[in-house]
Amino acid sequence: MKALEADQALVSRAGTPGTPGSPETPAGPSRRDFVRLTATLAALTIGGQALASDHGKPGKLSPDRMAVLVDLTRCVGCRRCEWACADANGNPHGVIAECDDQSVFTARRNPGNGQFCVVNRSETVDAAGTPVHAKIQCMHCEHPPCVSACLVGAMRKDPTGPVTYDPSRCIGCRYCMVACPFERLSYEYDRRFTPRVRKCEMCRHLTAKGEVPACVGICPVEALQYGRREDLLRIAHERIARHPDTYTDRVYGETEGGGTSWLYLSARPFETLATLGFPALPDRSPAERTESIQHGIFKWGAAPMVLGALLATLNKVTAKGDGA
Amino acid sequence: MSAAIAIRLPGLDRALRSEARPHYFTPGVWAVAAVAAIGGAVWCWRMLFGLGATTNLTNAYPWGIWIGIDVATGVALAAGGFTTAFLAHILHRERYHPLVRPALLTAMLGYTFVALGVMTDLGRFWAMWHVMLPTMWQPNSVLFEVAICVMTYLSVLYIEFLPVVCERFVGRVHLPGRLRLLDGPVDRVLRFAQATLGRFMTIFIVAGIMLSCMHQSSLGTLMVIAGGKLHAFWQTPFLPLLFLLSAFSVGFPMVIFESILAHRSFGLPGEGHVLSGLAKFIPFTLGTYLTVKIADLAARGVLTDIPDGGYYTAMLLLEVGVGVVIPIIIFATPGLRARTPWLFAGSAMVIAGVVLLRLNVFLFCYSPLDTRAVYRPAWTEIAVTAGFIAMTVLLYRAIVMILPVIEQLNAPHAAHRAAASPAPNRAHAGAGGVS
Repeated sequence: MKALEADQALVSRAGTPGTPGSPETPAGPSRRDFVRLTATLAALTIGGQALASDHGKPGKLSPDRMAVLVDLTRCVGCRRCEWACADANGNPHGVIAECDDQSVFTARRNPGNGQFCVVNRSETVDAAGTPVHAKIQCMHCEHPPCVSACLVGAMRKDPTGPVTYDPSRCIGCRYCMVACPFERLSYEYDRRFTPRVRKCEMCRHLTAKGEVPACVGICPVEALQYGRREDLLRIAHERIARHPDTYTDRVYGETEGGGTSWLYLSARPFETLATLGFPALPDRSPAERTESIQHGIFKWGAAPMVLGALLATLNKVTAKGDGA
Repeated sequence: MSAAIAIRLPGLDRALRSEARPHYFTPGVWAVAAVAAIGGAVWCWRMLFGLGATTNLTNAYPWGIWIGIDVATGVALAAGGFTTAFLAHILHRERYHPLVRPALLTAMLGYTFVALGVMTDLGRFWAMWHVMLPTMWQPNSVLFEVAICVMTYLSVLYIEFLPVVCERFVGRVHLPGRLRLLDGPVDRVLRFAQATLGRFMTIFIVAGIMLSCMHQSSLGTLMVIAGGKLHAFWQTPFLPLLFLLSAFSVGFPMVIFESILAHRSFGLPGEGHVLSGLAKFIPFTLGTYLTVKIADLAARGVLTDIPDGGYYTAMLLLEVGVGVVIPIIIFATPGLRARTPWLFAGSAMVIAGVVLLRLNVFLFCYSPLDTRAVYRPAWTEIAVTAGFIAMTVLLYRAIVMILPVIEQLNAPHAAHRAAASPAPNRAHAGAGGVS
């Protein structure tokens, strides 16, 4: 700031050349207009923010929202869920017997464009010699970062549980993919003009008809269970309490990333299963943080308004120093 | 700018022919034009054949250099526009007026290519207009805030630049052929714009600064949602403040860097003492940034992780050492900042530091959960990015040769202005209105 003052003398000597070509414009009203228009600008900012703050609250979730409980101790890696998922969602798939192909387990797979869920097998085995198989797909977060990130509302959290995608709103910015804490979204890079984000939508076309999601319906060992999230959490904790030697004392998805609609039970601690699709996440959704920053900074348009007022004042105060 | 294109350009004609004025095409400019041409061709390829055909983007790396460089870095490097406007028009530091128009032009072109860069990266670019539809708005989205601010600011920049066009063409509109009939109406529109904009320009300048502060900071908030995928050195709720302070810091260095390049390129004497004056402010802005950066690292307890951060430590030290600490020393030393080579080197370092900050956050220190994933930009991605930068340079050069942007390049205009009677109240009449 000292440097600014040092320049002051120079400035007052320098004088101000006029704008050529418009000497007829009256110079007087500009400063008064300016104050009025700053007020208008501030009012517009407030108006805009009022509109925004209505949307600022997280969507109301139904207490009856549905979820899926996965018991990893029951999963045998038969991959029938992959087949049923592809079949139900119009994705390419072979005959069901191809699910028995064990070679796919050699490499870790992620959900992709033609495959909204995949089953992976752990490299390590437990004392009994059995590996862990884990089905992964969109986790259908309770407070989904993808929904918070989407600027045109293409990603939605349905009050009944699923996180849905509407390609007709999407502009293809892929910010949802940056935001996803589980990295479960897939993009159709190879479609020239109409690429879509691809993801599990919890078979909402089936559940709307009263059916269960395809993967749940086909699971031969009842590793998957569809029901109210509240009920499933109770069931999960009861199961842990009944078999404390079998299960690690945690339901993955109960709080991870603010909670998810897919809940997992496991024998092994989830910390050892990070690469199988269970990253260690804080109990709060990252969306909570960005939303509080965004709505904090722009609450009632206060910060931009204060800035505008400050700039206006500075403009006026320093103009007097011109010696005009 | 379409109006300006339709108008015959005696300035350019003269520039192309006259010995006294520089030629548009030099060997260097031809090289830049070649880069632009290749970029344009590849851009068409992308628009016709999609992202898959032209990028190495994956599900693990959904954002590449088109977002990291063209958008995130492009916005930062266009910060000269609002920082110079603040100094010259809000604080009335009249000696810096010659720097306002070049900075404004850079910002205008920079943001134009930011918008183009976004469009190039959008999978459904044809649906881009959804952002303008209130029924589509989702105001929780940080990207929504950025998009609205950038669009509005781009419009503000065009309005701020309009007086420069008016100054050049009022009373000198000569349209070719039949269009001659429109000479009168076009002239009247320009005169009207000149008279009206003069009255309201301060509003646009204030709005421009407000909008800049809003989206420069939100650009930082953007990556906070990436959570643990962004390395702890950068993952902080103070990222918006750091991005804003880094934008403040890079504004003046960018103006100095460009001024030195442009004056050298046109064989002009240069604006040494004005630039040195501007350089005096840089240690304050960089110092503020550095203080907040260190305080944030300390408060989050990651300062102690620096010794064993490996790659990330290297990136952090490079970013802060080259981009912040060394330039503070250079610009705080009167003997150094008085000399053009040091001014140039110091500015280049600040620019490099801010580029690195943006790239660290958007690319280099963003690690997908899938540790096997790698992202190396395809040659086509690099070609488009290089093409956009080249186009910016070419347009900048063309515009400063046609319109009164660089004072020393427009001696006749400057003389005309000096002869005009002084009207101090008009000092803030136009972002480009006074020079």
